[in-house]
Amino acid sequence: MRLKLEDLSKHFGSVVAAEGINLEVRDGEFVALLGPSGCGKTTTLLMIAGIYKPTRGTVRFDERVVNHLAPRDRNIGMVFQSYALYPHMTVFENLTFPMRLKKVPKERMKEQAQRVADMLGIGNLMDRKPGQLSGGQQQRVALGRALVKEPDILLFDEPLSNLDARLRLSMRGEIKRLQLRLGITSIYVTHDQVEAMTMADRIAVIKGGVLQAYCPPDELYDEPRTLFIAGFVGNPPMNIWDAEVARENGAFHARRQALDLVVPPERGEKAADRGSVLLGIRAEDIAVGDTGIPGEVYVVEPLGRDDLLTVRIGDVNIHVLCDPGMNLRIGDTVHLDFNTRKVQFFDPATEKSLLWGV
Amino acid sequence: MTLKQRVGKAIPLILLTILTIPVIVGYIWILISTFSQRTYGLIPVDHDGNFGGLTFENWSFLWNDPNIWNVTLNTLNLAVLLTVGVVLISAMAGYALSRISFPGRKVFLGGTLILHAFPSVTLLIAIYFVLRELGKIPVLGKGLPFIGGIGYNTVGGVALVMVALQLPLGIWLMKGFFDNVSWDMERAALIDGCSRLRVWWEIMLPSIKPGIAALSIFTFIGGWGAFLIPYTYIVDQEKSTISAYLRGLQGDTAPVNYSQIAAVGLFQLIPVLIFFIFTQEYLLSIFGGGRKGGT
Repeated sequence: MRLKLEDLSKHFGSVVAAEGINLEVRDGEFVALLGPSGCGKTTTLLMIAGIYKPTRGTVRFDERVVNHLAPRDRNIGMVFQSYALYPHMTVFENLTFPMRLKKVPKERMKEQAQRVADMLGIGNLMDRKPGQLSGGQQQRVALGRALVKEPDILLFDEPLSNLDARLRLSMRGEIKRLQLRLGITSIYVTHDQVEAMTMADRIAVIKGGVLQAYCPPDELYDEPRTLFIAGFVGNPPMNIWDAEVARENGAFHARRQALDLVVPPERGEKAADRGSVLLGIRAEDIAVGDTGIPGEVYVVEPLGRDDLLTVRIGDVNIHVLCDPGMNLRIGDTVHLDFNTRKVQFFDPATEKSLLWGV
Repeated sequence: MTLKQRVGKAIPLILLTILTIPVIVGYIWILISTFSQRTYGLIPVDHDGNFGGLTFENWSFLWNDPNIWNVTLNTLNLAVLLTVGVVLISAMAGYALSRISFPGRKVFLGGTLILHAFPSVTLLIAIYFVLRELGKIPVLGKGLPFIGGIGYNTVGGVALVMVALQLPLGIWLMKGFFDNVSWDMERAALIDGCSRLRVWWEIMLPSIKPGIAALSIFTFIGGWGAFLIPYTYIVDQEKSTISAYLRGLQGDTAPVNYSQIAAVGLFQLIPVLIFFIFTQEYLLSIFGGGRKGGT
């Protein structure tokens, strides 16, 4: 089932929760709505579910406008952060609840519930009550309840946020595999950029109720459309500082005090002669070595595989990843070699990228 | 366990015991005096003041006065009617006030709170006129079997008045319980295919079972022991309730037989005690109703 949001807006009194969201989801696609808490992503999801009525705009399933349809007539499955299992029912009753309401014959109901439960590895828990299950098991039941009615669209509202880190990792993979296998169009709300990056075919970044970008994960990472995305996506966050880009002898220099980077012309010319711009570059695009711009090690944070260094050049702190074998200490002098082909430029006033159109 | 811990544990027990003694002594007195001609402190004595005088005389109302069974049935009727009415209406109103946004919601909530604070005694005369008018409705007024009707001098009428007076508290209590049920659960049910009414019945009500149990128990006990309103609006002896019957024993002219009053009081207390034994677990579960996972 394809999904299309057109100019979707939701206001609660004077509070704007979502404003003019346009989004198209292909059949079988896995789309993540990514953004910080309170950005309007859950509101958007609840409008798709039919729980909230949009203030303006339309929701389309395939070509059909479903604005007026009640949630139960939309054939959707939803998984909640709090699991939202019915505490007074057993796992079996929870799983079969949607089918019971549809008056599915008992035999088929039983068969279907068992099939889904086995698929999720909870087939042996059918007689338990939700209160007797662990968080991970509860989330599987919630997932099962959403899947059992064979929905056209699956909605996830931060389903993994209440799980511990290890379980989250394995569930992430499982949900992704399941979605691929069943081919159900899915919308996944999360504030965790790693979840969005690893699971989604496309990511819609929302901030302050407004859609900031809608593109595949690698594009989001390599071509951030706004300053917000550059800072939000990727860990550690992108290094950003003020610089001025000037043309000198045919080359483009992005300068801030001692920090003088020669940037490739196709990127440099878009940022040149505009006065102060914001320059961004990711930690992994900076190499620590014997050549390059000298700086002083300010903080060393061992991450295991890498050390995360904070290097001070002039008045700018720059995050860099380096080999732990280099054994750097605070106060050491290092040389940074910037891969300027990956450098980003943003307009400080609009916070939009100077390189990539929105 | 060290000595210090033992002492620490003993202190609250000792304090509680001291505080409970007067109450327990009171109940012991009731028990003793129902089987005695007279009492001297906790000691049963006969009419001459000598030790002894044990008798079943005080309980003779059970077989001598046929009215007592009438009155007991009326009291049960009243308590059941009151409980059903209060719980049903409170559960529906509480849900609406907790979950649905409609104009006048805040005013309604504030209004019920004020009504609850309003002493019902001041309304007695006004309600009397209302009940008298209701009594003029054919059949419904005073012609119904079992409950009499909804007018003046009927059990139904008294139940109606008491339901109205108890509702503010019930509604607020139910609203509080509904407020604690997660929105997500209700949303999930809506998505799973429930109508709003079905969500209320199949998902919300089971989730607040302890609250419903508590409200039912308190209301039932309140109805069983109610005095002022039944006493005011029921004039016929055979239509009245135990509390009013009890009041009738304290005649203004004849000397009062306190032992008999104690016996009737104990008779009234027995069902409540039994009821409590079976329901106290529910009452306590109000405070321990938390569950794993959900918000």
